[in-house]
Amino acid sequence: MNPKRKQRMLIILGLVSGLGVAVGLVMYALTQNINLFFTPTQIATGQAPSAQLIRVGGMVADGTVDRDSQSLKVAFDVTDFDHRVRVTYEGILPDLFREGQGVVVQGRINEDQFVASEVLAKHDENYMPPEVTEALRQSGRLDQIKGEQQQ
Amino acid sequence: MIPEVGHFALVLAFAIAVCLAVFPLYGYLSNQQGFCATAKPLALLQGLALAVSFGVLMYSFLAHDFSVKYVADNSNLDLPWHFRMSAVWGAHEGSLLLWVMILAFWSVAVALFSRGIPDHMAALVLSVMGMISVGFLAFMLFTSNPFVRILPFSPANGADLNPLLQDPGLIFHPPMLYMGYVGLSVAFAFALASLISGKLDATWARWSRPWTTIAWAFLTLGITLGSWWAYYELGWGGWWFWDPVENASLIPWLVATALMHSLAVTEKRGLFRSWTLLLAIAAFSLSLLGTFLVRSGVLTSVHAFANDPERGVFILGFLIVVIGGSLILYAIRASKVSEPGEFAWVSRESFLLFNNLILTVMAVSVLLGTLYPLLVDAVGGGKVSVGAPFFNVVFVPLTAILVSGLAFGPLAKWRQSEDPRLFRPLIVTLIVSVVVGFAWPSVLGGQYSIGTAIGVALALWVAIATGIDFAKKVNLYGAVGVTLARVERGMIGMWLAHFGLAVIIFGVVMVENHTEHRDLRMGVGDSQKLGSYDVRMTDLTVITGPNYVADQATFEIYQGDALYKTVTPQKRRYNASGMVMTEAVIDSGFTRDLYIAMGEPLDAGDWALRLSVKPFVDWIWAGAFFMGLGGFVSITDKRYRQRVREEKEARASGEAAA
Repeated sequence: MNPKRKQRMLIILGLVSGLGVAVGLVMYALTQNINLFFTPTQIATGQAPSAQLIRVGGMVADGTVDRDSQSLKVAFDVTDFDHRVRVTYEGILPDLFREGQGVVVQGRINEDQFVASEVLAKHDENYMPPEVTEALRQSGRLDQIKGEQQQ
Repeated sequence: MIPEVGHFALVLAFAIAVCLAVFPLYGYLSNQQGFCATAKPLALLQGLALAVSFGVLMYSFLAHDFSVKYVADNSNLDLPWHFRMSAVWGAHEGSLLLWVMILAFWSVAVALFSRGIPDHMAALVLSVMGMISVGFLAFMLFTSNPFVRILPFSPANGADLNPLLQDPGLIFHPPMLYMGYVGLSVAFAFALASLISGKLDATWARWSRPWTTIAWAFLTLGITLGSWWAYYELGWGGWWFWDPVENASLIPWLVATALMHSLAVTEKRGLFRSWTLLLAIAAFSLSLLGTFLVRSGVLTSVHAFANDPERGVFILGFLIVVIGGSLILYAIRASKVSEPGEFAWVSRESFLLFNNLILTVMAVSVLLGTLYPLLVDAVGGGKVSVGAPFFNVVFVPLTAILVSGLAFGPLAKWRQSEDPRLFRPLIVTLIVSVVVGFAWPSVLGGQYSIGTAIGVALALWVAIATGIDFAKKVNLYGAVGVTLARVERGMIGMWLAHFGLAVIIFGVVMVENHTEHRDLRMGVGDSQKLGSYDVRMTDLTVITGPNYVADQATFEIYQGDALYKTVTPQKRRYNASGMVMTEAVIDSGFTRDLYIAMGEPLDAGDWALRLSVKPFVDWIWAGAFFMGLGGFVSITDKRYRQRVREEKEARASGEAAA
């Protein structure tokens, strides 16, 4: 093999093995850091793992938002109209958080409650996160909600 | 009547784009000069038609023409005039119009500044850009026409622009970003034109280099503005969220950065030719993918406004045609590329190869993380999301590896094996940066952060190595002024960009590791300690803005006993849409930002508040600005202009000889 070709071979070998290692590490990091999504029904029926960081999506149930009078603690129900999950959170809620609005919360199940570390509500009132749409579709209430929103 | 003029201009632009896509290519393939020569006039005509169309839409906004549905949806009688102008690109249809208009703008620029390039080559480049334009114009005309009317019963008032977008950020961020995104189409078109013509030596790299650099500079500034906007308007004080749409702009940026560096090798040494072609194709394909992600609503993101999924299908189809087509062409032609010349293991080529390898891995991992939820969902694996921890785990170490190698590249020489003495300054650099970096967290006080130590050491490593490279040139020329006047502008650009990177790293490390951040409850009369300041809430009132009503709190910030500043954050409720927006107060400083935002009203007149001190946060955007500036400085290099002249003279003398 001439030196030029040998150099190119070595470079390509280096690149391929480097990329292989990198992709392997990335995939490993990925599996460690994904957050699975669950519907309130799945949580109520015990299909969701506890103590693992997960996401739950649905609508904030009317009349369920309770604020603590001394701190920033807040609790509310997230519903897919079949089941409800009680969510607790400490901190500032996003501007578009409202009863009857779609919301996605991220956190962990702790006994009967969902302890949220993050509450996501989106910046457009007609927009519904795909996860919430999916949760409502699974509970068969999507068309009903869409109809109500358009009125 | 006037909106129809805009619509007609759009149809006309479509027809012109079809001609631009077809005629010059046909002319080239059938070897007919006449058809090739249509490219430049057609590019100019297309630019004119789209400017008319864009101007009409802007006029409709300024004149409150609510018979145009797009205006009715995104404007309001109370909306101030400057936001009515930026509202043109505030939603889907208009932002696409901006996209194609910028594409037409770049086509015009290529038509005007391509005198150094052989006519048939310029014709092919413009033809490829015409094809992209055809795709986007068809998309607009068939699925997203901004000139659709509501007649005869047009509304008396509009629904208002999304309050989030009623901000100067919207005026500058999208145009800048699009200039970058779309600007990469020029490099793409050059790559494709050289693949079509089969003339695959290094000349195309020489031609497309300044275009790539300027697109990269715009992209850098666009992303920076977006980050800054998110920081003060929607982000609760964060500067980067690893949101899918942010990633969609970061991925092409990483690839474009790799492309700039590999173009340098291809231009100067004729190496990495096929790799550079592939990067040019990838950079633009990824910016198309970004457009698809933003515009289709397939991902959960702050940018994902209510969207029509049908549109996503169209863009996806277009994406497949563009990427598939260009890759097939690449597969057929690139095997013919020869790679003359060699280089030693320790040479500038090697370090640039290293740079390309790391940047590519970075881009691929961000891409994987961004698309992973889509892939899992597509194979029926349920809904998942990939959070910031993944991106941090992958991105931070790769950045560290990248900047460790960065210092060597500029000091190394092309081709030959190195005299190790060349790298001697780096020993001092290493010692200084490690000592200062590891001492820095102790100087800050508080808990010692090893992450800060490493980060600051890396920032210093890059900054000092860049300074040494500059000092060596100053030594050569005798004085700073002479150096700046005599060295290649590209080199000044490189120094600026590398220095900017060091500044960014320092800012990021400080903000991420040393932000003081508190969410708490406060009422009038309450006082809180914030860093070295005392923050007192003194008043709470309701004020009325032009198109909103706001709760406004007044805070007095004391430094010791002296009043430092009085600030008034607001919580606004916009009249037309009923949307609630937080207007945070940010007191920017050289070493820290003070950040106060109102959360939500609690009982007894108290408010939930967010108070933060963010050390050196502005350095992130300042560094990115240096980077962008570096890009703009490099394209002023006189060799780009000189070459045009030389080639003209060469051609003239050639013609005279013939």
